[in-house]
Amino acid sequence: MARKHTKKIYLYTRFERLWHWSQSLMIILLIITGFEVHGTYTLMGFETAVNIHNFVGLFWLGSFAFFAFWLAITGEWKQYIPTTRKLFDVIRYYMWGIFKGQAHPVQKSPGAKHNPLQRLAYLGISAMLLPVQMVTGLLYYLYNSFPGMSLAPLAVIHTLVAFLLVNFLIIHVYMTTTGHSLFSHISGMITGWEEIYDTTRIEEWETKATKKA
Amino acid sequence: MNKNIKRLGRAGQAKPVWFTALLFVILLFTSPAAASVAAAAQEEEALGMKLAKQAVRSDKHWTTVDHSKLDALNQNFTSGDQITQACLSCHTDAAMQFEETIHWTWEVPSEKEGIMNGKAGHAVNNFCISGNAMEDKGCLSCHAGWDGTDGLVNCLSCHGKEKFPFKETFADLAAFAGDDDPDLQEIVEELHADIKTAVKNITLPQRNNCGECHFKGGGGDGVKHGDLDTSLAKPNRMLDVHMAADGADFSCTRCHTTVKHHIAGRLYTRPASAERKSLIQDDMASKITCESCHSATPHSTTAKMNDHTDKVACQSCHIPEFARVNPTKMWWDWTTAGKMKDGKPYEEKGEFGKPVYKSIKGDFIWAKNVVPQYFWYNGSFDNIGIKDEIDPQQIVEVSHPLGSPDDPNARIHPFKIHRGKQPYDKINKQLVAPLLSGPKGFWTTFDMDEAITLGNQTLDVPYSGEFDYVETTYAFPITHMVAPATRSLECSACHIRENSRLAGISGVYLPGKDKSDFVDTIGLIAVLGALAGVMLHGLGRFFTRNGKEE
Repeated sequence: MARKHTKKIYLYTRFERLWHWSQSLMIILLIITGFEVHGTYTLMGFETAVNIHNFVGLFWLGSFAFFAFWLAITGEWKQYIPTTRKLFDVIRYYMWGIFKGQAHPVQKSPGAKHNPLQRLAYLGISAMLLPVQMVTGLLYYLYNSFPGMSLAPLAVIHTLVAFLLVNFLIIHVYMTTTGHSLFSHISGMITGWEEIYDTTRIEEWETKATKKA
Repeated sequence: MNKNIKRLGRAGQAKPVWFTALLFVILLFTSPAAASVAAAAQEEEALGMKLAKQAVRSDKHWTTVDHSKLDALNQNFTSGDQITQACLSCHTDAAMQFEETIHWTWEVPSEKEGIMNGKAGHAVNNFCISGNAMEDKGCLSCHAGWDGTDGLVNCLSCHGKEKFPFKETFADLAAFAGDDDPDLQEIVEELHADIKTAVKNITLPQRNNCGECHFKGGGGDGVKHGDLDTSLAKPNRMLDVHMAADGADFSCTRCHTTVKHHIAGRLYTRPASAERKSLIQDDMASKITCESCHSATPHSTTAKMNDHTDKVACQSCHIPEFARVNPTKMWWDWTTAGKMKDGKPYEEKGEFGKPVYKSIKGDFIWAKNVVPQYFWYNGSFDNIGIKDEIDPQQIVEVSHPLGSPDDPNARIHPFKIHRGKQPYDKINKQLVAPLLSGPKGFWTTFDMDEAITLGNQTLDVPYSGEFDYVETTYAFPITHMVAPATRSLECSACHIRENSRLAGISGVYLPGKDKSDFVDTIGLIAVLGALAGVMLHGLGRFFTRNGKEE
């Protein structure tokens, strides 16, 4: 296989990186404290775990609202529009092609930061799991303000989604190592600059949604 | 080309960075979490403490009567009844009122037809079992009359500040009466003077007055309740914040409010307090509960503890253990009663210097710093009386709290559970009431069969003639011995998977204790599956070297 030339593109703005890492910090803190509250292990003590969980949870709720507002205003939400085009190519790549040294069927570009599988995964996380977690978490927190509300179903759903988020986290972190080098994706999210293959062709449909008029 | 993009990118981002940082800072100070942190930093006194201090601020009792100046009391009394008549010469209706209360009758109607609760009624416990319709004279030491059930009310049981041996003194006076010996006359005068001093020393009921019976119920100090014993006569703050002299210095009647000598408290099946009200909602509430003064949101406004008060009684966290100074009896086994040493009844002392065996009573177990048991409790009890059928195959709950998680008035409440083995009628499947004291009682004859025959006769309950022993429990609500807030329970006493204090409580989801086994199992499988999946995938990439050929 011929050696490929790479080039660096500026993919993630400072705000996006700040948002990504602060959100990851909050989610990891919430997972650690949440599973302690759940009784899975003892780390910092129940009371401390509850206090941190409540504080971070409420803070995250506020900042997520702000992020959603940012997405809506800047039009970046279009990055999350799901598509089935090349979806199966991407899946086939991760299941097979990656072992064969094949090129990723969809490359990153400022107009299309996420491949179709990512779009689907992130949309599922942001539009399904996280809102469910935020709503059940908030109701859990305010449970005494709603007479007759039972805590058990809220707690069970909240725990279930927490498990799914742990799952996401594991796979997400692993997937960062699948760039053209082990750390190229992670360094992309730290510096904003991601190295991609020079020969990559970004197709029209991929960036259509985010094209400025 | 690259440089250009870079420069453009940086320049283009400069403003939004500061804008973003500013917004994050604004967000931090407007989010509710931040508000809670700011409030906690101020460390304001909790609402419940503020309200309670207000409620007791003006507790200065004053009166216009000085009993030592009353002519009616300035007599040479020769009997208890004379003293009571002197009291009644002013307090005309006092005895009439008192004689209607459970403190005098020891009886209270139950919901069951023809059944009276109370020691003089059909109630039994697993201590001395029954009062045998007051035929068991041993019980009468606590009866508030001068001479058992005969004669008048002894007002001084509750209103005398001085504990005075009236009975013995009157007996001496009677013996000396009519004797002209001047030495004896001098003694008689002294005795009269002592009686007068005691009679004039009148008070509202103090802790010692109530404690004379309630600290010593069941035949000795701390036997029954676990949260009531002589250590509460002069407790320190660590033992009881409300009754301690260096605390609120409450007498019993500060909370056990009284209407016409009816003293509010627990009365068998009737709830101690049907509703939880603050004194602001109802300042004539018949019984003062924690919430009356401390409100339903007693903790500082941001505390999660305020979210507990709909399900958890204050006592559950604020009385971490009971019997913290004096030991209390936890087990009483009647089956071993009646053993003799050299043909004589005997007694063995164990830990705490308390008897662990008495021939007249059987085996005991005492304990200190006891962790309560917790049950849903709506203020009422289910009692098994002498006429109720029991299932001797099971441990019989002679007294057990009522309440369910669905009942809005029920709370998770701490209890002392006194266990024991006591006799029952094998044929009629009923608990029995052996007569204990007196010449024909068990304590003299050591004949349980005869004691049951005689005892059941006093209550008009048939006895088949065949008895055996059954294990029973008796529940006491724990509500005294409230510890300082710093000693209240940690969250993890209950919110913990193993050995939670509320392990036996159902009907409410406790984070940390409860879980859905289904969700935890599939969640764990999914997480382990994901870990295994990415590891396999990674290994695959490692061994195929991502398909690269060097």
